[in-house]
Amino acid sequence: MRAILSAVTFLPVLGAALIFLLPRRREGLVKVTALGTSLMTFAVSVPLYTRFDASLSDYQFVEQRAWMPTLGVSYHLGVDGISLLLVLLTTFLMPLVLLSSWRSIERRWKEFAITMLLLETGMLGVFVALDLFLFYIFWEAMLIPMYLIIGIWGGPNRVYAAVKFILYTLAGSLLMLVAILALYFLHGAATGAYTFDLPVLVRYVLPAGRAQNLMFLAFALAFAIKVPMWPFHTWLPDAHTEAPTPGSVILAGVLLKMGTYGFLRFCLPLFPQATMTFAPWMFWLAVIGIIYGAWVSTAQADMKKLVAYSSVSHLGFVVLGLFTLNPQGMVGAIIQMVNHGLSTGALFLIVGMLYERRHTRLIADFGGLWSVVPALSALFLIVTFSSIGLPGLNGFVGEFLILVGAFQVHRPAAVLATSGIIFAAVYLLWMYQRVIFGEVTHEENRRLPDLSLREWVILVPVLVFIVWIGVYPVAFTGKTEASVQALISQVQTKAAATAAMASR
Amino acid sequence: MTDAIALPAVSLRVIAPAALLAVTGFVLMLLDLLPPQRRREHMAIVGLTGVGAALVSVFLLWGSEVSGFQGMVVLDNFALFMTLVIGYATGLVLLLSIDYLQRLGMESGEFYILVLFAATGMVVMAGANDLIVVFLGLETMSLALYVLAGIFSTRIEAGEASMKYFLLGAFASGFFLYGIALIYGATGSTNLNKIGAAVAAGAARDPLLLIGFGLLLVGFGFKISSVPFHMWTADVYEGAPTSVTALIATGSKAAAFAALVRVLLEAMRPLQAEWAWLFWGLAVLSMTLGNVVAIAQQNLKRMLAYSSIAHVGYMLVGIVAGGALGNGGVLFYLLVYTFTTAGAFGVILLLERGGEEAVRIGDTAGLAARHPLAALALSVFLLSLVGIPPTAGFVGKFYLFGAAVRSGYIWLAVIGVLNSAVAAYYYLRVIVSMYMREPEGTPTVLAPSFAGALALVVALWGVIQLGIMPAPIFDLAQSAVLPLLR
Repeated sequence: MRAILSAVTFLPVLGAALIFLLPRRREGLVKVTALGTSLMTFAVSVPLYTRFDASLSDYQFVEQRAWMPTLGVSYHLGVDGISLLLVLLTTFLMPLVLLSSWRSIERRWKEFAITMLLLETGMLGVFVALDLFLFYIFWEAMLIPMYLIIGIWGGPNRVYAAVKFILYTLAGSLLMLVAILALYFLHGAATGAYTFDLPVLVRYVLPAGRAQNLMFLAFALAFAIKVPMWPFHTWLPDAHTEAPTPGSVILAGVLLKMGTYGFLRFCLPLFPQATMTFAPWMFWLAVIGIIYGAWVSTAQADMKKLVAYSSVSHLGFVVLGLFTLNPQGMVGAIIQMVNHGLSTGALFLIVGMLYERRHTRLIADFGGLWSVVPALSALFLIVTFSSIGLPGLNGFVGEFLILVGAFQVHRPAAVLATSGIIFAAVYLLWMYQRVIFGEVTHEENRRLPDLSLREWVILVPVLVFIVWIGVYPVAFTGKTEASVQALISQVQTKAAATAAMASR
Repeated sequence: MTDAIALPAVSLRVIAPAALLAVTGFVLMLLDLLPPQRRREHMAIVGLTGVGAALVSVFLLWGSEVSGFQGMVVLDNFALFMTLVIGYATGLVLLLSIDYLQRLGMESGEFYILVLFAATGMVVMAGANDLIVVFLGLETMSLALYVLAGIFSTRIEAGEASMKYFLLGAFASGFFLYGIALIYGATGSTNLNKIGAAVAAGAARDPLLLIGFGLLLVGFGFKISSVPFHMWTADVYEGAPTSVTALIATGSKAAAFAALVRVLLEAMRPLQAEWAWLFWGLAVLSMTLGNVVAIAQQNLKRMLAYSSIAHVGYMLVGIVAGGALGNGGVLFYLLVYTFTTAGAFGVILLLERGGEEAVRIGDTAGLAARHPLAALALSVFLLSLVGIPPTAGFVGKFYLFGAAVRSGYIWLAVIGVLNSAVAAYYYLRVIVSMYMREPEGTPTVLAPSFAGALALVVALWGVIQLGIMPAPIFDLAQSAVLPLLR
C-alpha cells in the first residue's frame, strides 16, 4: 500500500491504455472497461479516507522519488486535509459521469472513454503533486482532454467554446510558469538548494515587495481564470453550455476546484505577505462575482447557462472563505468546494437528463413536469435546495462557515455576500418553479419517461452525500481542520518573518 | 638534398563524422551509375547506413576534445551533440523521402546524394573553429539545399522556391564573407580563438570589427531565418518538396545555430553584454512576428514556416540568457525541435487528396475518424510545438525560459510564454480540423509507407522520451556547451 497515491492517479491511464487496445466495434466492452476502471480507482481511493490520520497536519501517503536530480525535480506525491476531499470527490464523480454518458454520448465512445480517463489522471495529479514541476505538468496536460471533450462531443458552437477555454487557461498558466521559475531561482540563489519541491519552497521566506507581489499575481491570475473569478469568467458560460453533460459535470465538479485549490496550496503559503496585501482586493472580486453571477443567472433562459453562472456565484463564496485566513472561513471554503462539486454536478446531471428526453434546455420549453416525472422532480428539488444552501443539506454548512469567517475580517464584504444566498434562492427556485410546477404547457412533455434505473444509480449516491454532509459535516470538516490550522499558522509566521525582515 | 614535401599532420579523427557522411555521398554517386536504374531505394538505405555510422561515431567519440587542421576544425562534445541532432534530422528525412519521392514520380539518385552532402556541410559547420571553415560548411550545405528545394522541376512553386532561396542565400553568403574579410582585417585572423583573444585585448573598439561582426550576424540571421531576415522562409518551405522542407527546418537550422553559438562564445564573448541586447530584440521580433503571421496561414507548410521563425525566437531567448543553462537549452531545444518538426512534416507529407499532396489545413478535416493513428501522431507533434506537457516541447521551453529567468530577463520570458499562448491558437486549429470538423469533397487519405511510418515512430519516441525523461539528454547538452564557456 505504499504507492497508493500513484495507484489512484495512474489507474485511469492503465484503463485508457487497455481501451486503446480494444476494437472500436465492441462499444459495450469499452463502456464497461471505462466504468470498471473508474470504479476501481474509486475503490482504491477509499482507504485514503479511512486511513487518513486527521490529527496530523502533515502530508500523508507520501511518495518521493528522484526524477531530474540535476534540476531538483522529484516525483513527489502526498495528500493532506486540503486535498484529500478533492481527490475523493474526483474519484467519486468519475464513475457517475461515465454512467451518465452511457446514452448521451453517441459517437466515438472509445475516444471518449480514453479522454475521460486521461482527464481523471490529470485532475488527480494536480491534487496530489507536491512538486511544482510535476504539478505544472498535470495542470497543463489536463487541458487537452477537456479541450477535446468540449470540442468533439459538445454542442453546435463547440469549437469556439473549446478554443476559448484553452486559450484563456493557457495564457494564465503560462505566466504562472514564469513565476514558478522565478521562485525556483530566487530560492536557489538564497539557499543554494535548487528545488521545485513544494514543502521545501514553502519554508523559504520571500522578502516583501515587488517580486513577491508579482509572483503572487502571476499565480493568482492562473487560478482566478480557472475558478473562474469575475472578471475572468467569460470562458465558463461558453464552455459549460457547449460541453456535453459529462464534460459540464467534470468541469463544474472538479476542474473549477483546481483554481481554488491552487490558491490554498500555493498562493497562500508561498506568498503570505502578498496574500495579506491583496486579500481585500480578492474579497471585493469575490463579492462582485457572487452578486454578478447571481443576477446574470436570474436572467438566463437556458437551464445549463443558468447553472453555469450560478457557479461563478458559488465559487465567489469559496474565494471569500479562502482569503479570510481564519479556520471557519477556510474550512468552510474547502467543504464548499466539495458541496459545489456535488450540488452543481447533480444539477448538470439533471439538466442533462431533461435534455436527453426533450433535446432542449430552454426553461420555456418545460413546465408542469411534476405530474409527468414525479421522481425526477423530487430529486431535482433536493438538489436545488442543496445548491441554495437550505439548512440540513450540504450547501448550508459551507456557506454558513464562510460567512462566519468573513464577518470576522471584513464585515461589508460579508454583508453583501450574504445577499448572494438570497439571490440564489431567487434564481434557482424561480427556474424550478417554471420547469416543474404549473400546468403542462407543451404537449411533447406529457409522455416523458421518469427516471430509469441507471439514472437512479447516478443520482442517489450524490444525494446520500448531500444529506450526509448536511447532517453530519464533522465527518468531512474533521479531516481538514488540522491541515487548515497548520496552513494558517504557517502563513502568519511567514508573514511576520517577512515583516521582521523588512523592518530590519 | 631534397626536402620531402612536408605534409601537414592530418587527423581524420577530427572530421570522422563529416568524413563518414561525405564518403557515403561519394559511394552514392557511384551507385547512381549502376543498375537498377528504375528503383532507387537501395540508395536511401546506403545513405541511412552512412548516417547510422555517423551517429555511431558520435557515441564512440563522445568526450573527445581534439582539434586538427591547424586549429581550424575541432571535435568536442558540442560538435558531437550537434552531429547527433543533424544525424537524426538527416536520417528522418531519408526515411520520409523514400516512398514520398516514388509517389510523386520524382525519385532520383541525385536526391539522396544531395541530402548526404548537405548533411556533410552541416556537420562541418558544427565542428568549425575558423570562419573560413564555417563558410565552407555553410556553402556545401546551402548549395545542396538550393538544388533540393527545386528538385521537383515540373512544379512552378519549386522553381520559385529554389530561385528565391538561392538568390537570398547568395546575398547572405556575400554578407557573411564580407564580414569575415572585415574581421580578418581588424584582428589578423579567421580563427575563432584568435579573434576572441584579439577582441579581449581591445580590438572591440575597432569599428571595422564591429561592422564585420554585424555582417556576419546578418548571414547567420538568414540561415536561422530570424526576423528581419526571414522573408524567404515561407515561400521556400511551401515550394520545396516536403521532406526537403523538413531538412531545411531542422538540420540546416541546427547547423547554423551550432556555428552561431560557437562564434558568439569563442570569438565574441567579451562583447556579450552588447550582443545579448541585440538578440533580445531579434528574439522578441521573431517570436512575435512568426506567431502572429502564422495565425493567418491556410497552408500547413507555410504555417509551420512561420512557426519555425517563432521557434527560432524561442531559441534566441536561450542565447540571450547564456550560460550552461541557456546554451544547453538551445542545444536541447534543437534536438526536440528536430524530432517534433520532422514528425509534423512527416505526417503532412503522407497526406494525399485526389492524387495531389494535401497541405491545406482544410484538407485535414475529419482525419481523426479515418486515420486515428496519423491524427494522433500529428496531434502529439503539434502539442509539442505548443509546449504542452508531457511532450518534449514543454521541457525544451521550460529550459529556455528558465535560463532567461535565471539571467534576469524576466520580461523576455514573459513575452515568450505569452507568445506560446498565441501559438497555441494556430496549432490547435489543426487539431480542431482533424477531430472536430467533417471533411468536404474528396477525403484525404494516408499514403501507405513503411519507411515513413518508421520515421514517425522514431520521431514520436523522441518527443515522448525527451518529454518524460529529459534529464540524461539535457545533462549531455549542458556538458557539451561547458568547454565553450571556459
